[in-house]
Amino acid sequence: MRKKQYRLERTHLNSLLKLLREEGYQTYGPVRGELAMEWAPLTDVGELPRGWTSAHGPAHYRLENRGGESLFGYRNGPESLKKFLHPPRARIMKAERNGGAFRILEDRPAAAKRAFLGVKPCDVAAVAALDRVLLNDRYSDDIYQANRAGLFLIAVHCTECAETCFCASSKAGPQAKTGFDIALHERLDGAMPEYFAECGTAAGAALLEKTGAPPAPPEWARELADACALAAGAQQRKVDFSSAAAVVERNYDSPRWDDIARRCMACGNCTQACPTCFCVNFEEHSSLDLQTAERHRVWDSCFTQNFTYIHGGSVRLSTKSRYRHWLGHKLARWQQQFGSPGCVGCGRCITWCPAGIDITAEFEWLKAGAPAAI
Amino acid sequence: MSFKHEKPRVAVFKFASCDGCQLSLLDAEDELLAVAGAVEIAYFPEASRRMQKGPYDIALVEGSITTPHDAELIHQVRRQSKTLITIGACATAGGIQALRNWRDVSEFVRVVYAKPDFISTLKMSTPVAEHVPVDLELRGCPIQKEHLIEVIAATLAGRRPNLPTYSVCLECKRRSNVCLMVAAGTPCLGPATQAGCGALCPSMGRGGYGCFGPMENANAPSLAERFYTLGATQPEVDRAFRSFNAWAWQFRKVSEEVHQQ
Ligand code: SF4
Ligand code: SF4
Ligand code: SF4
Ligand code: SF4
Repeated sequence: MRKKQYRLERTHLNSLLKLLREEGYQTYGPVRGELAMEWAPLTDVGELPRGWTSAHGPAHYRLENRGGESLFGYRNGPESLKKFLHPPRARIMKAERNGGAFRILEDRPAAAKRAFLGVKPCDVAAVAALDRVLLNDRYSDDIYQANRAGLFLIAVHCTECAETCFCASSKAGPQAKTGFDIALHERLDGAMPEYFAECGTAAGAALLEKTGAPPAPPEWARELADACALAAGAQQRKVDFSSAAAVVERNYDSPRWDDIARRCMACGNCTQACPTCFCVNFEEHSSLDLQTAERHRVWDSCFTQNFTYIHGGSVRLSTKSRYRHWLGHKLARWQQQFGSPGCVGCGRCITWCPAGIDITAEFEWLKAGAPAAI
Repeated sequence: MSFKHEKPRVAVFKFASCDGCQLSLLDAEDELLAVAGAVEIAYFPEASRRMQKGPYDIALVEGSITTPHDAELIHQVRRQSKTLITIGACATAGGIQALRNWRDVSEFVRVVYAKPDFISTLKMSTPVAEHVPVDLELRGCPIQKEHLIEVIAATLAGRRPNLPTYSVCLECKRRSNVCLMVAAGTPCLGPATQAGCGALCPSMGRGGYGCFGPMENANAPSLAERFYTLGATQPEVDRAFRSFNAWAWQFRKVSEEVHQQ
C-alpha cells in the first residue's frame, strides 16, 4: 500500500501541535534563544524562528536573520535531543541507614511524553544510534527507555545544509528516510510555505489523518528527493566511512595526532555537543551525618583523565591518545561495535570545538597523508 | 579512615589571603551546624576564640606563603596535621599577590610603606605545596563551600571526594549554556580551567576568569591562540592568564611566552 501523503499549511501544523497536546504530549520546537537555536516548549508555529538561520564554521556560530517566510530554515543549534532522552545528570539511587542495616529508596525514572516538531534528519538518526546502544544492546537503560517510550518525532528534511554538515557521508540525511513519526518538507515556491507530509509510523498516520489536510500532489515526493539530492551534492565536508577502520588502524602512530594535540584542549565540548556520545560517570554522595547516600549519573567525556581511570592510574594520559580514541571510536570502531557509524554527520563537534578542530579535515589528512582541500 | 578522637579534629590556618575562603565555610550556615556536629573545630581563629593545640586530623590552609615567618609556620602546621588540605587560589597557586613575582618587591615596599624597615617579606608569593607536601587541593577564588563540605563528608565516610579536575566546559554544556566563545566570540578561560564553579560566569553571559586554575591536561597555549584569533591584543591575553592563578605553572608559562613575543 502506498503511504498516505498530505499537503499541509501553517494551520495544519498548529493542529498537529494541538492534537499532540490533547494526547498528553509536551510539545517542543526549535526556538531562537539569545545566542543560538534551542529546543523549547512550543504551542504555536508563530514561535518558530521564521526567517532565521545561522552561519557555521570551525569554532564559529552566528545567528542570522535572512527574512522570508520559512519556518524551518534554521540550522541545528548546539543541543540535540540527547539531553531529553539521556539527561546530563540523574539520581539513580538513594540509600538510608536503618539501624545496623540500610534501606534502598527506589528512584523509578518518570515517564515523559514529549513531541518534537522540526527535527533535522541527522538528529533523527542520532536517536536511532542511541537506541542501538542504550536500548537494544545487552542491557537497556531504564532512564533512556522511559524517555524514549514517550517520544514523538516530526522531522523536517533538509534542502539546505550548514557549512559543517556532512550527513550525505553518513547517509543520515539530508532526506530523512526512517525513524520519524511524521516527516515534513517545507516548500517555499508559493507566497506562504506549504508542507509535504509523510508518516513513518501508525501514530503519525493517525495524527495526520485527524488534521483533515488534503492529499499531496503525486509529484511532490520526487521533488523532495531532488531537492535533498541537490543539498547533499552541495556538502563540502565528506567522510568515507567504509575506509575509516583501515585509515584509523594504519595511522596509529601518525605524527598527525601530535599536531592535533597541540590544538586540542581536552575540554570535551565535542563529546557533549555530539548527539550520539553517551558516556557517563557515577558519583557517590553521602551526608555529613552518614545517614543517607546517593548515587548520581553524570555525562562524562572520553577527554577526561578520570574516564580511563583504573586501579593505579589512567590509561590515556595524553590528549593525543584521547583524541585518537575519540575519532577512532566515532568514525570506525563504533561500526564494528554496533554495526553503523557513531557519527551522523551533524557537524556539531566542528562548530562547537573552541579550538576549531574539524573531524572531517583530520580524517582526510590521515587518509591522504596531506591536508584536505577545505 | 579512623580517628584517635571520636570526631576528627579540624584546624583552619590562614596565611596571605583575603579570608574569602574561610568565609565560604562560615557561609555554609545550614551545613555548618552539621559540620560542627560531625567534626570538632579545634582551631579556627576566624570563628571562635577556642584555640586548641594540635595534633589535628584535618588542617585547612588558606593563603600563600609571603613572609619568612609564614615559611616557618607552614612547617609547624604540617607537622601537627595528619591531612593537610589547601583551600583557594592563594594556597594552591600563590593567589593574585603572586603578580609581584614578576616585579621587584623591595620597590613596592619603599613606595607603599612609611617605614619600610619594619616590613619583612619574601620576594615571591608561593603556593603551600612549594613548601610542604599537600594531601588535597581545593581550588577556586573563592572555593565552593559545597566542595569543603564534600571533602568533610567523604573523609567521614572514608570515600574519595567528588572533585572534578576536568574543564569548566563540561559543566557549561551540562547546564545547556550556549558557548560564548563560539556563538559570541567572547574570550573564555573555560577550556583550560578546572571545573568546580558550575560554569558560573558563562551562565551569566561572561567569559570565564579561570578562578579554579589550570585543569588536568590544560592546553593554555592553544587557548591563547584562540584568543588572538578572536581579536584579543597581547596585553589582553596576558591579563587573561595573569590573575588569581597567575603563578600556576601552566598559566605562568603561557603568559611568559606572551610577554616574550
Ligand atoms: S562526531 Fe561530530 S559530526 Fe559526528 S555526530 Fe558527533 S557531533 Fe555530529
Ligand atoms: S547534517 Fe544533514 S540532516 Fe543534519 S542539519 Fe545538516 S543537512 Fe540537515
Ligand atoms: S577536539 Fe575540540 S572540543 Fe574536542 S576536546 Fe579537543 S578542543 Fe575540546
Ligand atoms: S562558554 Fe566558556 S566554559 Fe562554556 S563551553 Fe564555551 S569556552 Fe567552555
